[in-house]
Amino acid sequence: MQLEDLGLWRDIASALSKSLFITIEVTVLASLVALCVAFVAGTAQLAPWRPVRWLARVYIETFRGTSALVQLFVMFYVLPLLGLRLSPLMVGVVGLGLNLGAYGSQVVRAGIVAIDRGQRDAAVALGLTGWQTLRRIVLPQAIPLMLPPFGNELIEMLKATSLVSLIALTDLTFAGNLFVEQRGHALDVYTALLFTYFILALPLRSLTRHLERRTRLIAGGLSDLATERPI
Amino acid sequence: MTFDWGYAWEILPAILRGAVVTIKLGLAIYAVALVGGLILAVVRLALTPALAHAVDQFTSFIRTTPPLIQLYVPFFILPQYGIVLSAEVTGVAVLGLHLATFTSEVYRAGIEAVPRTQWEAAIAIGLDPRRTWMRIILPQAARKVVPPLGNYLIGTIKSVPYLAVISVQDMLGTALNEASLSFRYYEPIALVGALYLVMSLIAAELVRFVERRYAAV
Repeated sequence: MQLEDLGLWRDIASALSKSLFITIEVTVLASLVALCVAFVAGTAQLAPWRPVRWLARVYIETFRGTSALVQLFVMFYVLPLLGLRLSPLMVGVVGLGLNLGAYGSQVVRAGIVAIDRGQRDAAVALGLTGWQTLRRIVLPQAIPLMLPPFGNELIEMLKATSLVSLIALTDLTFAGNLFVEQRGHALDVYTALLFTYFILALPLRSLTRHLERRTRLIAGGLSDLATERPI
Repeated sequence: MTFDWGYAWEILPAILRGAVVTIKLGLAIYAVALVGGLILAVVRLALTPALAHAVDQFTSFIRTTPPLIQLYVPFFILPQYGIVLSAEVTGVAVLGLHLATFTSEVYRAGIEAVPRTQWEAAIAIGLDPRRTWMRIILPQAARKVVPPLGNYLIGTIKSVPYLAVISVQDMLGTALNEASLSFRYYEPIALVGALYLVMSLIAAELVRFVERRYAAV
């Protein structure tokens, strides 16, 4: 009995380990997409031109207003019929990146808004352009404030990658489901899966907590921002 | 292949029935999350530090692992032990608990945001703990938690499609069902996306209305 158990756990571990890389790959790539999109959409919301602000709002409302799972399905099933065929990996990376980028843009916006008005007035008084003010004065102060909520977003991203299993990407969740289909042992497999995700998130979690303690000392932080999106 | 308006029109009633299921289940999950989160927050405050730490560890485990897999656990495992719950009940309980771990943080932040001096003043005028909570602390905390909890309502509605994975006939479940019968994914999925957008815009308007009326500035 004991030896059989050991064998089972070894089988589960080897089945999951092959897909671990896909999960990490999707998390990292989609996070990079989300980060870029968040900065573009976040600053665009504060742009002096109305059409730019309007475009940013449409993007943010669309991606925050619909479910991440539905977005992945739309990209997977609907886009090919419009002539845009993406691989499942591309759908996962772009879909999750755009989804979490929409939430991240609110972090960027709030971070910029949190910087004291006087800093911007001083920059105007010094004759800096809008772009220079943003790049040299506002962002260097705002980015530290954004880091803890971004850390939370990274954890959300890791959790959200489990959705790609439903568009036929062989990530951890897909591998777990396949194992259960072929050999059963649902309890063992899903417990192993939950702990794998938990362990993957541990470094992100301690990093986020560390940053939260530090930014709270600086300026009260933006800790309320992350409460916007639970799943 | 192009968008077939005839087919879209044909499946629209079924999708709309699914939308009603989505709204109902979303509200049920939200109710579990609101009540469960409050229980978690109060329990954590009332327990000894060691027990509170244990609850903390449990909730952070729930928070940091994918709700999709959390759904699989009871759905596939409870029947092995002879416990048969409907997919709807299982789903509402699991997603409700997942969200409760987030709402409990909101309650905690709301309670902590009430200034220390309010507690001191309550002691000074001789209020007992129960009255301090009911008359002084909770009414002030409640106004602070309205905006974040309002945002959770929209978040909750968006979590319902997860239940399609365990065969619930919500809006997405119905759409996938129709698609598997007709082999056309385009129209059903596009309809779901569009209807979600409409639903969330309405919900956002509602939340804004409630915020304006009840939230502390």
